[in-house]
Amino acid sequence: MAEKGTWTVKKGLAEMLKGGVIMDVTTPEQAKIAEEAGACAVMALERVPADIRAAGGVARMADPTVIQRIMEVSTIPVMAKARIGHFVEAQVLESLGADYIDESEVLTPADEEYHIDKHQFKVPFVCGARNLGEALRRIGEGAAMIRTKGEPGTGNVVEAVRHMRKVMGEIRYVQNLPKEELMTAAKEMQAPYELLVKVAELGRLPVVNFAAGGIATPADAALMMQLGCDGIFVGSGIFKSKDPVSRAKAIVSATTHYNDSKILAEISRELGEAMPGVEIQNIAPEQRMQDRGW
Amino acid sequence: MSTTTIGVLALQGAFIEHEKSLQVCGAETRQIRLPEQLKGLDGLVIPGGESTTMGKLLMAYELLQPIKEMAKEGIPIFGTCAGMIMLAKEIVNSNQTSLSLMDIVVERNAFGRQVESFEADISVSEFGEEPYNAVFIRAPYIVSASPGVKIMASYDEKIILARQNNFLTAAFHPELTEDLRLHKYFLEMVTSYK
Repeated sequence: MAEKGTWTVKKGLAEMLKGGVIMDVTTPEQAKIAEEAGACAVMALERVPADIRAAGGVARMADPTVIQRIMEVSTIPVMAKARIGHFVEAQVLESLGADYIDESEVLTPADEEYHIDKHQFKVPFVCGARNLGEALRRIGEGAAMIRTKGEPGTGNVVEAVRHMRKVMGEIRYVQNLPKEELMTAAKEMQAPYELLVKVAELGRLPVVNFAAGGIATPADAALMMQLGCDGIFVGSGIFKSKDPVSRAKAIVSATTHYNDSKILAEISRELGEAMPGVEIQNIAPEQRMQDRGW
Repeated sequence: MSTTTIGVLALQGAFIEHEKSLQVCGAETRQIRLPEQLKGLDGLVIPGGESTTMGKLLMAYELLQPIKEMAKEGIPIFGTCAGMIMLAKEIVNSNQTSLSLMDIVVERNAFGRQVESFEADISVSEFGEEPYNAVFIRAPYIVSASPGVKIMASYDEKIILARQNNFLTAAFHPELTEDLRLHKYFLEMVTSYK
């Protein structure tokens, strides 16, 4: 008998995306460009994070027509975003046939206390995290993939680096704890105990972990890969740059050849201007997307 | 006896899982991203991942021809999921880059989107009575195969495991489960080639 929507199948799709780049797209044309450039998946949106930031107001799930039109032209997996805690948006996305749901801080949260019970769905979920405790809480709720949050729509990699270093550092710390100290560590990190024990055994998260939020150049992507992530999300970084086609290709190559500085030098040439960047301290605290999520 | 070194195409996808399975079976592994890394291999695995991404990077880094030459020499190659698409001579409704090595027609995402992805027990004649738990993720299957292709397993009347000379291909993901029978089978192909 065939069993659909099992944990192995949900987690498995993320395994297949590893070493790849997931690109934000808002139109079928952009989806074709992304696939042509070698993206391993696309995220179907109405606006990229930089435009969501600029527009202000409440950001919601995209119009199903936008998502469906992108699904129609793509042979690679299509992801879509639901608001934190908005399980009905997630139900809608599942019924549309989206391949992955991002319960995302880029949209305005629908619930300021609770996330979606992701175990109830057949479609897999990816969630953002800034530290190990947050990552393991999301996995406990059923996320089959994690991405560190960074600060979306800024073209500034500093927060992505901070969050990846934090998660990796905490994994190394937990790995070296004697067993009797794990319960207290779980309490302090606000992490589910069983999952923390698992991390201590594996020396990594029990699911695939991508980097996101501010990646704008091939070198940014390679930096995140060398820091230990499994793959890259690029949001505004591609279609807010001068030459999206060349930049998309270069970021795909950089994610594969992240350890080869000669290739990185070659592919970083003549890409035109990157997206305009934002200094994190110039963002008002209430505008920071990374603080959304509980 | 000399050690066996299996290359695992590491452009994108679940290459680390294949390496782990092969290592448990006693083989040494090498990640392949550039042509010069292919030298001296006893076998090659093309993992699951996104076949369009792999195809683009195979072209961009000039791996296509050297792998075809390896194949011609008779070096065993094992492709899983996206790897099946890379091995096929014909892909339904697509003109994407592939290695074009096996006389099979393959359809991409043929079981449907991710919500249709599934696990199922299949039976493989070579492995006897004990069922094999196969994980299908947006999986392809073989629509038709030439007489020279040996069909090793089907599911729901669709061909999902096949061999043609030095090529072995599965629509599912043996690297995601603990069952090592397929990796062992491939390593036997490598041993008899050596």
